[in-house]
Amino acid sequence: MNDLDNSNSADTAVAAMTTGLQGPAPEVKVTKDMVRRGLIVAPLLIAVCAVIWGMDGALSGAYGIALILVNFALAAALIAGTARISLGLMMGAVLFGYLIRLALIFLAVFLVRDAGWISLPALGTTIIVTHLGLLAWEMKYVALSLAHPGLKPTRP
Amino acid sequence: MEAFSHLIAAFDQEQADADKAAAAAASAGFAYGLAAIGPGIGIGYLVGKSVEAMARQPEAAGMVRTTMFLGIAFTEALALIGFVVFILIGL
Repeated sequence: MNDLDNSNSADTAVAAMTTGLQGPAPEVKVTKDMVRRGLIVAPLLIAVCAVIWGMDGALSGAYGIALILVNFALAAALIAGTARISLGLMMGAVLFGYLIRLALIFLAVFLVRDAGWISLPALGTTIIVTHLGLLAWEMKYVALSLAHPGLKPTRP
Repeated sequence: MEAFSHLIAAFDQEQADADKAAAAAASAGFAYGLAAIGPGIGIGYLVGKSVEAMARQPEAAGMVRTTMFLGIAFTEALALIGFVVFILIGL
Protein backbone atom coordinates (compact mmCIF):
# COMPACT_ATOMS: atom_id res chain seq x y z
CA MET A 1 0.00 0.00 0.00
CA ASN A 2 2.84 2.28 0.92
CA ASP A 3 4.54 1.52 -2.38
CA LEU A 4 1.32 2.33 -4.17
CA ASP A 5 1.08 5.69 -2.39
CA ASN A 6 4.68 6.48 -3.25
CA SER A 7 4.04 5.51 -6.85
CA ASN A 8 0.96 7.76 -7.03
CA SER A 9 2.88 10.61 -5.45
CA ALA A 10 5.69 10.23 -7.97
CA ASP A 11 3.18 10.11 -10.83
CA THR A 12 1.58 13.34 -9.59
CA ALA A 13 4.97 15.05 -9.38
CA VAL A 14 5.91 13.89 -12.88
CA ALA A 15 2.56 15.03 -14.23
CA ALA A 16 3.08 18.44 -12.66
CA MET A 17 6.51 18.67 -14.27
CA THR A 18 5.26 17.80 -17.72
CA THR A 19 1.95 19.64 -17.71
CA GLY A 20 1.52 23.37 -17.44
CA LEU A 21 0.11 25.60 -14.73
CA GLN A 22 -3.22 27.10 -15.65
CA GLY A 23 -4.77 30.19 -14.12
CA PRO A 24 -3.58 33.75 -13.65
CA ALA A 25 0.13 34.57 -13.94
CA PRO A 26 1.23 36.41 -10.76
CA GLU A 27 4.54 37.56 -12.27
CA VAL A 28 2.65 39.48 -14.96
CA LYS A 29 0.67 41.28 -12.26
CA VAL A 30 3.86 42.04 -10.32
CA THR A 31 5.54 43.33 -13.46
CA LYS A 32 2.58 45.54 -14.36
CA ASP A 33 2.80 47.06 -10.88
CA MET A 34 6.53 47.64 -11.24
CA VAL A 35 6.19 49.17 -14.70
CA ARG A 36 3.45 51.49 -13.44
CA ARG A 37 5.60 52.56 -10.51
CA GLY A 38 8.61 52.89 -12.80
CA LEU A 39 6.69 55.25 -15.04
CA ILE A 40 5.59 57.23 -11.98
CA VAL A 41 9.15 57.74 -10.67
CA ALA A 42 10.79 58.07 -14.11
CA PRO A 43 10.43 61.89 -14.29
CA LEU A 44 12.06 62.22 -10.87
CA LEU A 45 14.99 59.94 -11.82
CA ILE A 46 15.44 61.72 -15.14
CA ALA A 47 15.41 65.09 -13.38
CA VAL A 48 18.07 63.92 -10.91
CA CYS A 49 20.21 62.65 -13.81
CA ALA A 50 19.72 65.97 -15.59
CA VAL A 51 20.89 67.89 -12.54
CA ILE A 52 24.00 65.73 -12.09
CA TRP A 53 25.00 64.91 -15.71
CA GLY A 54 23.09 67.44 -17.79
CA MET A 55 20.98 66.76 -20.86
CA ASP A 56 23.03 63.68 -21.82
CA GLY A 57 22.43 62.30 -18.37
CA ALA A 58 18.69 62.84 -18.65
CA LEU A 59 18.53 61.00 -21.98
CA SER A 60 20.75 58.21 -20.70
CA GLY A 61 18.62 57.92 -17.58
CA ALA A 62 15.47 57.60 -19.65
CA TYR A 63 17.18 54.94 -21.75
CA GLY A 64 18.27 53.03 -18.64
CA ILE A 65 14.76 53.11 -17.14
CA ALA A 66 13.31 51.84 -20.42
CA LEU A 67 15.89 49.03 -20.51
CA ILE A 68 14.99 47.86 -17.01
CA LEU A 69 11.23 48.00 -17.58
CA VAL A 70 11.56 46.04 -20.84
CA ASN A 71 13.82 43.55 -19.05
CA PHE A 72 11.18 42.97 -16.35
CA ALA A 73 8.44 42.64 -18.96
CA LEU A 74 10.47 40.11 -20.96
CA ALA A 75 11.21 38.02 -17.88
CA ALA A 76 7.55 37.96 -16.85
CA ALA A 77 6.35 37.13 -20.36
CA LEU A 78 8.85 34.31 -20.61
CA ILE A 79 7.79 32.75 -17.30
CA ALA A 80 4.06 33.24 -17.90
CA GLY A 81 4.24 31.85 -21.44
CA THR A 82 6.30 28.77 -20.64
CA ALA A 83 4.57 27.95 -17.32
CA ARG A 84 1.36 27.34 -19.27
CA ILE A 85 3.17 24.66 -21.28
CA SER A 86 5.18 22.85 -18.58
CA LEU A 87 7.26 23.47 -15.48
CA GLY A 88 10.26 21.79 -17.08
CA LEU A 89 10.11 24.15 -20.03
CA MET A 90 9.71 27.08 -17.66
CA MET A 91 12.90 26.13 -15.85
CA GLY A 92 14.85 25.94 -19.08
CA ALA A 93 13.33 29.16 -20.35
CA VAL A 94 14.23 31.03 -17.18
CA LEU A 95 17.85 29.89 -17.31
CA PHE A 96 18.34 30.57 -21.00
CA GLY A 97 16.20 33.68 -20.68
CA TYR A 98 18.67 35.02 -18.11
CA LEU A 99 21.50 34.68 -20.61
CA ILE A 100 19.44 36.07 -23.48
CA ARG A 101 18.26 39.08 -21.48
CA LEU A 102 21.80 39.86 -20.34
CA ALA A 103 22.92 39.63 -23.96
CA LEU A 104 20.09 41.93 -25.05
CA ILE A 105 21.00 44.50 -22.39
CA PHE A 106 24.64 44.31 -23.47
CA LEU A 107 23.60 44.76 -27.11
CA ALA A 108 21.31 47.67 -26.26
CA VAL A 109 24.14 49.47 -24.47
CA PHE A 110 26.82 48.46 -27.00
CA LEU A 111 24.81 49.94 -29.88
CA VAL A 112 24.54 53.38 -28.27
CA ARG A 113 27.92 53.55 -26.50
CA ASP A 114 29.35 56.01 -29.03
CA ALA A 115 26.19 58.07 -29.47
CA GLY A 116 26.56 61.74 -28.72
CA TRP A 117 23.81 61.78 -26.12
CA ILE A 118 24.98 58.84 -24.02
CA SER A 119 26.47 59.26 -20.55
CA LEU A 120 27.65 55.85 -19.32
CA PRO A 121 27.83 56.80 -15.60
CA ALA A 122 24.26 58.07 -15.75
CA LEU A 123 23.11 54.99 -17.62
CA GLY A 124 24.81 52.59 -15.21
CA THR A 125 23.58 54.36 -12.12
CA THR A 126 20.03 54.51 -13.44
CA ILE A 127 20.05 50.81 -14.31
CA ILE A 128 21.06 49.75 -10.79
CA VAL A 129 18.91 52.28 -8.92
CA THR A 130 15.79 51.57 -11.00
CA HIS A 131 16.15 47.80 -10.82
CA LEU A 132 16.77 47.60 -7.07
CA GLY A 133 14.41 50.46 -6.22
CA LEU A 134 11.44 48.99 -8.05
CA LEU A 135 12.08 45.55 -6.57
CA ALA A 136 12.33 46.92 -3.06
CA TRP A 137 9.15 48.92 -3.58
CA GLU A 138 7.30 45.85 -4.85
CA MET A 139 8.64 43.69 -2.03
CA LYS A 140 6.81 45.84 0.48
CA TYR A 141 3.47 44.88 -1.06
CA VAL A 142 4.30 41.26 -1.86
CA ALA A 143 5.74 40.55 1.61
CA LEU A 144 2.66 41.95 3.31
CA SER A 145 0.34 40.09 0.94
CA LEU A 146 2.05 36.74 1.49
CA ALA A 147 2.50 36.95 5.25
CA HIS A 148 -0.67 38.74 6.23
CA PRO A 149 -3.30 38.47 3.47
CA GLY A 150 -5.79 40.33 5.62
CA LEU A 151 -3.48 43.32 5.81
CA LYS A 152 -2.90 43.48 2.07
CA PRO A 153 -2.14 47.12 1.31
CA THR A 154 -3.97 48.96 -1.40
CA ARG A 155 -1.91 49.43 -4.55
CA PRO A 156 -1.26 52.99 -5.74
CA MET B 1 66.61 60.35 -39.94
CA GLU B 2 65.27 62.35 -37.02
CA ALA B 3 61.81 62.45 -38.60
CA PHE B 4 61.97 58.72 -39.02
CA SER B 5 62.78 58.14 -35.33
CA HIS B 6 59.90 60.49 -34.35
CA LEU B 7 57.60 58.44 -36.55
CA ILE B 8 58.73 55.20 -34.91
CA ALA B 9 58.28 56.68 -31.42
CA ALA B 10 54.79 57.87 -32.28
CA PHE B 11 53.94 54.46 -33.65
CA ASP B 12 55.25 52.77 -30.49
CA GLN B 13 53.22 55.10 -28.30
CA GLU B 14 50.09 54.45 -30.35
CA GLN B 15 50.69 50.72 -30.13
CA ALA B 16 51.17 50.91 -26.35
CA ASP B 17 47.91 52.86 -25.97
CA ALA B 18 46.05 50.36 -28.10
CA ASP B 19 47.49 47.46 -26.08
CA LYS B 20 46.49 49.16 -22.84
CA ALA B 21 42.93 49.75 -24.09
CA ALA B 22 42.66 46.16 -25.30
CA ALA B 23 43.90 44.85 -21.95
CA ALA B 24 41.39 47.03 -20.08
CA ALA B 25 38.53 45.85 -22.29
CA ALA B 26 39.55 42.20 -21.93
CA SER B 27 39.86 42.52 -18.14
CA ALA B 28 36.47 44.20 -17.90
CA GLY B 29 34.88 41.52 -20.08
CA PHE B 30 36.48 38.80 -17.96
CA ALA B 31 35.18 40.45 -14.79
CA TYR B 32 31.70 40.70 -16.30
CA GLY B 33 31.81 37.01 -17.20
CA LEU B 34 32.81 36.15 -13.64
CA ALA B 35 30.06 38.41 -12.29
CA ALA B 36 27.47 36.57 -14.40
CA ILE B 37 28.45 33.08 -13.15
CA GLY B 38 27.26 33.56 -9.56
CA PRO B 39 23.76 34.82 -10.44
CA GLY B 40 23.50 32.04 -13.03
CA ILE B 41 24.13 29.42 -10.35
CA GLY B 42 21.77 31.23 -7.99
CA ILE B 43 18.95 31.44 -10.51
CA GLY B 44 19.39 27.78 -11.42
CA TYR B 45 19.16 26.74 -7.78
CA LEU B 46 16.23 29.08 -7.11
CA VAL B 47 14.18 27.96 -10.11
CA GLY B 48 14.98 24.31 -9.50
CA LYS B 49 13.69 24.51 -5.95
CA SER B 50 10.63 26.49 -7.05
CA VAL B 51 9.76 23.93 -9.73
CA GLU B 52 10.16 21.17 -7.16
CA ALA B 53 7.83 23.03 -4.78
CA MET B 54 5.24 23.60 -7.52
CA ALA B 55 5.41 19.98 -8.62
CA ARG B 56 4.88 18.77 -5.06
CA GLN B 57 2.20 21.31 -4.18
CA PRO B 58 0.53 22.76 -7.28
CA GLU B 59 -2.06 24.64 -5.22
CA ALA B 60 0.73 26.87 -3.85
CA ALA B 61 2.06 27.61 -7.34
CA GLY B 62 0.86 31.22 -7.37
CA MET B 63 2.72 32.12 -4.19
CA VAL B 64 5.81 30.20 -5.27
CA ARG B 65 5.85 31.89 -8.68
CA THR B 66 5.58 35.36 -7.16
CA THR B 67 8.45 34.67 -4.78
CA MET B 68 10.46 33.00 -7.54
CA PHE B 69 10.05 35.95 -9.90
CA LEU B 70 11.21 38.44 -7.29
CA GLY B 71 14.08 36.15 -6.32
CA ILE B 72 15.20 35.93 -9.94
CA ALA B 73 15.06 39.70 -10.27
CA PHE B 74 17.08 40.25 -7.09
CA THR B 75 19.67 37.69 -8.16
CA GLU B 76 19.87 39.28 -11.58
CA ALA B 77 20.70 42.59 -9.91
CA LEU B 78 24.13 41.13 -9.09
CA ALA B 79 24.78 40.48 -12.76
CA LEU B 80 23.56 43.98 -13.61
CA ILE B 81 25.99 45.47 -11.11
CA GLY B 82 28.79 43.51 -12.81
CA PHE B 83 27.56 44.78 -16.15
CA VAL B 84 27.56 48.39 -15.00
CA VAL B 85 31.13 48.02 -13.73
CA PHE B 86 31.99 46.55 -17.12
CA ILE B 87 30.49 49.44 -19.09
CA LEU B 88 32.13 52.01 -16.84
CA ILE B 89 35.59 50.44 -17.09
CA GLY B 90 35.82 48.66 -20.37
CA LEU B 91 33.23 49.78 -22.87
